[in-house]
Amino acid sequence: MGLATFKGGVHPYEGKELSENKPIQVLMPKGEMVYPMSQHIGAPAKPLVKKGDKVLAGQKIGEAGGFISANVICSVSGTVKAVEPRRVASGAMVNSIIVENDGEYQTVEGLGADRDSSRLSKQEIRDIIKEAGIVGLGGAGFPTHVKLTPKNEEAIEYVLVNGAECEPYLTSDYRLMLEEPEKLVGGLKVILQLFDKAKGIIGIENNKPEAIKKLRELTKDEPRIEVCELLTKYPQGGERSLIYAVTGRKVNSSMLPADAGCVVDNVDTVISVYMAVCKSTPLMRRVVTVTGDAIANPQNFQVKTGINFQELVEAAGGFKTEPEKLIAGGPMMGMALFDLNIPVTKTNSALLCMTKDQVAANEPTACIRCGKCVEVCPSHIVPVMMMKAALKGDCEAFEKLNGMECVECGSCAFICPARRPLTQAFKEMRKTVAANRRKKA
Amino acid sequence: MSKLLNVSASPHVRSTETTQSIMADVCIAMLPAAAFGVFQFGIHALLVLVVTVAACVLSEYLYELATKRAITIKDMSAVVTGLILALNMPADIPLWIPVLGGIFAIIVVKQLYGGIGQNFMNPALAGRCFLLISFAGKMSSFTLDGWSGATPLAQLKAGMPVDLAAMFLGKIPGTIGEVSVLALLAGAAYMVYRKVISLRIPVTYILTVAVFAFIFGKQDMNYVLAHICGGGLIFGAFFMATDYVTSPITPNGQIVFGVLLGVLTGLFRIFGGSAEGVSYAIIISNMMVPLIERYTMPKAFGKEGRQS
Repeated sequence: MGLATFKGGVHPYEGKELSENKPIQVLMPKGEMVYPMSQHIGAPAKPLVKKGDKVLAGQKIGEAGGFISANVICSVSGTVKAVEPRRVASGAMVNSIIVENDGEYQTVEGLGADRDSSRLSKQEIRDIIKEAGIVGLGGAGFPTHVKLTPKNEEAIEYVLVNGAECEPYLTSDYRLMLEEPEKLVGGLKVILQLFDKAKGIIGIENNKPEAIKKLRELTKDEPRIEVCELLTKYPQGGERSLIYAVTGRKVNSSMLPADAGCVVDNVDTVISVYMAVCKSTPLMRRVVTVTGDAIANPQNFQVKTGINFQELVEAAGGFKTEPEKLIAGGPMMGMALFDLNIPVTKTNSALLCMTKDQVAANEPTACIRCGKCVEVCPSHIVPVMMMKAALKGDCEAFEKLNGMECVECGSCAFICPARRPLTQAFKEMRKTVAANRRKKA
Repeated sequence: MSKLLNVSASPHVRSTETTQSIMADVCIAMLPAAAFGVFQFGIHALLVLVVTVAACVLSEYLYELATKRAITIKDMSAVVTGLILALNMPADIPLWIPVLGGIFAIIVVKQLYGGIGQNFMNPALAGRCFLLISFAGKMSSFTLDGWSGATPLAQLKAGMPVDLAAMFLGKIPGTIGEVSVLALLAGAAYMVYRKVISLRIPVTYILTVAVFAFIFGKQDMNYVLAHICGGGLIFGAFFMATDYVTSPITPNGQIVFGVLLGVLTGLFRIFGGSAEGVSYAIIISNMMVPLIERYTMPKAFGKEGRQS
């Protein structure tokens, strides 16, 4: 019998051996801390402090600016130096709170206190998660409290923990599953408390046998929790691919996972829920893999959000060769950086430093209609035809070809033997189509 | 950092497969058949191979030079066209004929429509059919060991018995590359292993021919097997019908395409005037590809059974 998986997908070079056996190291920040007000999907948070204010670790310094928004928590103690736009990983300038770290890490009162989640009501749990500023840490940054408040709570049958970590090079979730599995299971139990009819399933790719073993061992007496071994294939950890692999249910672009009775959360998100609910600790840390062939000593670091990426590179021994490309995240969906002077935010799980840029080394040539993009597309759409529509800027044709079902996973552009920038073109088209829809609405 | 970093949209990695590596794989896959052809038909066969490939590559180079386009001979697609065309030639053909075919294939069929990826017919096959029409006699006289003889399928059509083992190994008259089923299957296996082609088109094609021959020809296993092994079906099914540019990209379309090829080939062979018919079946089906694709679009994930 085959392992749980989906149809389509690719097998890029994994590169995980660089850092998978490096235990998580705690890295303390040295320089100023930068907290962008927009580290999530939705409205930016509103700053609650101004220049000159004293702040403490664990203090809420940004208030959620709407229903779909999230709080921003300060991770150090010190003085607010400025509230001004700063460059973030996406390249955009985002209004940020800059804090001069006093190095004393004084915390707000009650931080770290044990709390018995079984005595909390569902609403209390959701409020704690909201206060803690938890968002989907897998990359999308969707506010977790919103995700955990579906219209029909009774209809949720599965809470899926995404431990696939299908992006090449990334090992932060893997290390967390090995080193903090109790917190992961604890967090999942808290979430299961919200959904009485749901079963918790932790999906892990079979290239992480140790994590599967550890979590199976730990959950063998948990009737509501199961570990599901997944085939190692990119994008196995894509939300729709994961739901399909584990439950056989299908979600398209006009549905939410909740419509298929599922809630999906990434490993670090679930651990953050545990920390917030059971340990009174809001989201102010991130585990970041610093890796790539340009890095002297690839590592997994536990850092405070707001730390500068430059400090991570220094802690990993600096560059052994000059990098040509730096990527926040993995090579398939991460964002290329043109500057290291940016802060680690909630959704950063890796910094990948590559000596050679494979994109620049491969000039696009003419499409030979090999159809490989069709074979690998996890959304079962036809990239080669969508590309024709995209090149003409024909939004109508693009939508008709189900272009909005694209999840921008990059499989088509990865496999394309003619090196055509398919995913890049689709991202642009999807933005245009979405903007046009908003205009009409 | 002294120099600027590269920035681009994700994904930031690429597979190792390129157009060039795929075309090189196709060439490698044709080597067993080519080697067998040279071994069986002699040195003149080798000459045909070399001259045809050279004619194709040179035509592409000169055309692109003359029209001031980027030179694309490095992608090796012209080599593939040349090899397929040459393997479709009788071994003792006067050399100027395949040269003419190569020029026609590359310039008229491929380049005039916009170069690689734009032609609507398989260039090598269109070139072959052009030659078949123009030089019917020279293109269909085959000799083996100094004897000129009828191909097995012509014998079959005339109601004579055929030697299946000889057909499988290739001890029969025919074009340079089509005769040895064994050598062709070895190359096909390599292409499947390297994931250059999927089995959808060749398998449905061959099965359809078998079923068609069984129903409309003779209800006899030897007869059906002779249809499969003869007339360049194996060569056509694995090396020509699978041409990326001129076959459907949709998975279901590839099945439809295979069935269409099989039916056409069966029609030509059993009800038509000629004994073979693979080449014509393929170039006619090539022209149906846009239509086939239109009606075989895959259902988007999660949108099955819904209006898109």
